[in-house]
Amino acid sequence: MIESLDLLFSASLWAAVLRIATPLIFGVLGVLLCERAGVLNLGIEGIMTMGAMIGWLTVFLGADLWTGILVAAVAGALIGLLHALLTVPLGLSQHVSGLGITLFASALAYYLYRLIVTVGESPPTIDPFRPLDFPILSEVAFLGPVFFSQTAPTYLALALVAVMAYVLTRTPLGLAIRMTGENPHTVESQGLDPTLIRIGCVMAGSALMALGGAFLTTAAFNSFFPGMVQGRGWICIALVVFASWRPGKALLGALLFAFFDAYQLRLQAVVEGVPYQLFLMAPYLLSIVALILVARRAQVPAALMIPYRRGER
Amino acid sequence: MSTVLHLDRITKRFGGLTANDDVTLELKNGEILALLGENGAGKTTLMNILFGHYAADEGTVNVFGQTLPPGRPRSAIQAGVGMVHQHFTLAGNLSVLDNVMLGSEPLIRVRSRRDEGRIRLLALSEKFGLKTDPDARVSGLSVGERQRVEILKALYRGARILILDEPTAVLTRTEAERLFDILRSMTRQGLSIIFISHKLSEVMAASDRIAILRGGRKVAERANSDTSPEELAELMVGSRVTRPKREAHSIGAPLLAAEEVTVHLDGKPALNNVSFTAHAGEILGIVGVSGNGQVALGALLSGVAAPATGRLTLEGREIGGLGPRAFIAAGVGRIPEDRHAEGVVGELPVWENVVLEQLATPEFSTRGFVRRSAARSHAADLIKLFDVRGATPEMRISLLSGGNMQKLILGRALAAAPKVIIANQPTRGLDEGAIAAVHAKLLAAREAGAATILITEDLEEAVDLSDRLQAIVGGRLSRPVAVEESDSRRLGLMMAGVWEN
Repeated sequence: MIESLDLLFSASLWAAVLRIATPLIFGVLGVLLCERAGVLNLGIEGIMTMGAMIGWLTVFLGADLWTGILVAAVAGALIGLLHALLTVPLGLSQHVSGLGITLFASALAYYLYRLIVTVGESPPTIDPFRPLDFPILSEVAFLGPVFFSQTAPTYLALALVAVMAYVLTRTPLGLAIRMTGENPHTVESQGLDPTLIRIGCVMAGSALMALGGAFLTTAAFNSFFPGMVQGRGWICIALVVFASWRPGKALLGALLFAFFDAYQLRLQAVVEGVPYQLFLMAPYLLSIVALILVARRAQVPAALMIPYRRGER
Repeated sequence: MSTVLHLDRITKRFGGLTANDDVTLELKNGEILALLGENGAGKTTLMNILFGHYAADEGTVNVFGQTLPPGRPRSAIQAGVGMVHQHFTLAGNLSVLDNVMLGSEPLIRVRSRRDEGRIRLLALSEKFGLKTDPDARVSGLSVGERQRVEILKALYRGARILILDEPTAVLTRTEAERLFDILRSMTRQGLSIIFISHKLSEVMAASDRIAILRGGRKVAERANSDTSPEELAELMVGSRVTRPKREAHSIGAPLLAAEEVTVHLDGKPALNNVSFTAHAGEILGIVGVSGNGQVALGALLSGVAAPATGRLTLEGREIGGLGPRAFIAAGVGRIPEDRHAEGVVGELPVWENVVLEQLATPEFSTRGFVRRSAARSHAADLIKLFDVRGATPEMRISLLSGGNMQKLILGRALAAAPKVIIANQPTRGLDEGAIAAVHAKLLAAREAGAATILITEDLEEAVDLSDRLQAIVGGRLSRPVAVEESDSRRLGLMMAGVWEN
């Protein structure tokens, strides 16, 4: 018991929280952007898988790490474009299209992977992002290892939270995006094009999701293997509801889930006589509880999942 | 006076339907032009073409001497046209300032100039007497306040020509009068205004000039001073429409009676200790401004809500709260207040809607199967009998216009020859022709001996149809007065809650 509490004060736990949260932060920002514009993007799981695979592949083929990240984002945006075309101008069911995208993108990612790596071969590795080393700061006890020894993409994710919050609430573009998710007819009657805004948001959001996937192969691990996204995309969908569609709260939600996850990993080692599956389950269970507590007050974008057709009310 | 707007020979077709047929319209600087016509006459289509929501098939739109490219709201806004839609285009979750500022700045800008926006909004609000709170969330505003935000939005974008689509449809009479005062003061400040309406009285009261549309064509144009409500009604409908008159006749035995009934909605008392009796062959009018307990009364009389205290009896038998099915079986025909939400299932065809309430009867079902052919022919009969225009039994009911849908609901309720009819706002939003038809059918049912409870906001309708009247105010009902013994002063006082017990 004492041991499990002691864990809470270890720097390695909190460093792990930030590391585990990073792909979730990218993903949750992506979902948030799509949904603020009124489009549900259940393609996230597949887009993250594709991002992970493309990010790794680009580096494996000789490009540098940042190029890998960039190419992954472009791939994500292109898959997002497919989802956007199906759901925005064509107005198809966003659920069905999103699930289809997930199946398609994951399968395509595995297929491309298998073209390069045959079954049974051990996954080829790349040289991933290293933790940054800040002079002095990284040496500070506790705070150093937690905050100043992360990899570069983690800082990028944190910065993007602030950028997203600023753009959405402080700029004319952000207002147009939020309005598109609330009432696209208003946007149209003010001379803007809600269709273009939605397509743009889905593409940008999907690029963010792909970044989350690419983080897994270029920073958290050093190779790609099937099944590595492990439902992180679905967690992001839930986290956005938990966050009431606000970037700051989304960061909080991602950190909370990451904390559960990091803590249960360490508890497994300390507590004996409990099946490890129960520990694996814990973060999801606690997320559901948190969702129930918070989501009832959540402010859903009014036009979320409602296709917009011009001249129809 | 100079011409600020010129619609030249506009034609617009939707498939086989010609919504606008060669319409030419001019607006002069500083005038209020009323666009008058029945539902479906093409008024809204014409204004949507002007604003760029639709592109015209033929004809041009000319604003301040400059031809607008078709189908581009942005160009219309830039040319100084502002439109206040009938169904407001506001986002409820966002603030008034957000709603007003949308689209007023270039999208790519590092920071939205909200402080300047707030100052400009408040200045406009001051200048035109349109009070608003920039930081209030729109979902918390009343309908009248939302309309002010819509108008401010147009003014904020620099509108010099303002189009209002049925602006008074959602307003109370006082709010409507106040709106027209504001519009009048706007024209003095150099704005020109077009408003769409099908209400003769407000067109006469508020406009300088009136253009009348019928069946997509402009049939006439009159200066306000050269015309009369009678002439306008005739031009609008195409032939003389007179509402049917109630003939005096003797009244039968009491059928439906409430004794000191209280009804709770959402845990709060919504009807307080009300009593009334409707007799055979009588129309009992319940008149009052909406929001005074009509919803609870409608729920009570259709069997949805049970009395918390008191008794509701039909022919002496207690029926309060037995549920809609028991009410229908007991011979209560209902015309619900909101025809789209409660009256019909929009996605279903006409014939299914028509037999919905009678699915359990042997006429329309055997051994749990719907007798489709019987139902279809019943629907066809009703369509003919109640003059439902443009309907077939197979058609999705939501495709019908409001008036025709209401005629069908009326037919469904009256076909079973009910003992009691609950008519809740039966003519709300209908045009003159449809109102006359609905009135005629209700009066015919009265002749046939039905007891009708007519819940309405329209005092004129209440006086025309009812034998006796009760006012509904704050969930309470006044004592009944015979229509012959009432005058407008007394009824006005009653509707304000002043009556002797």
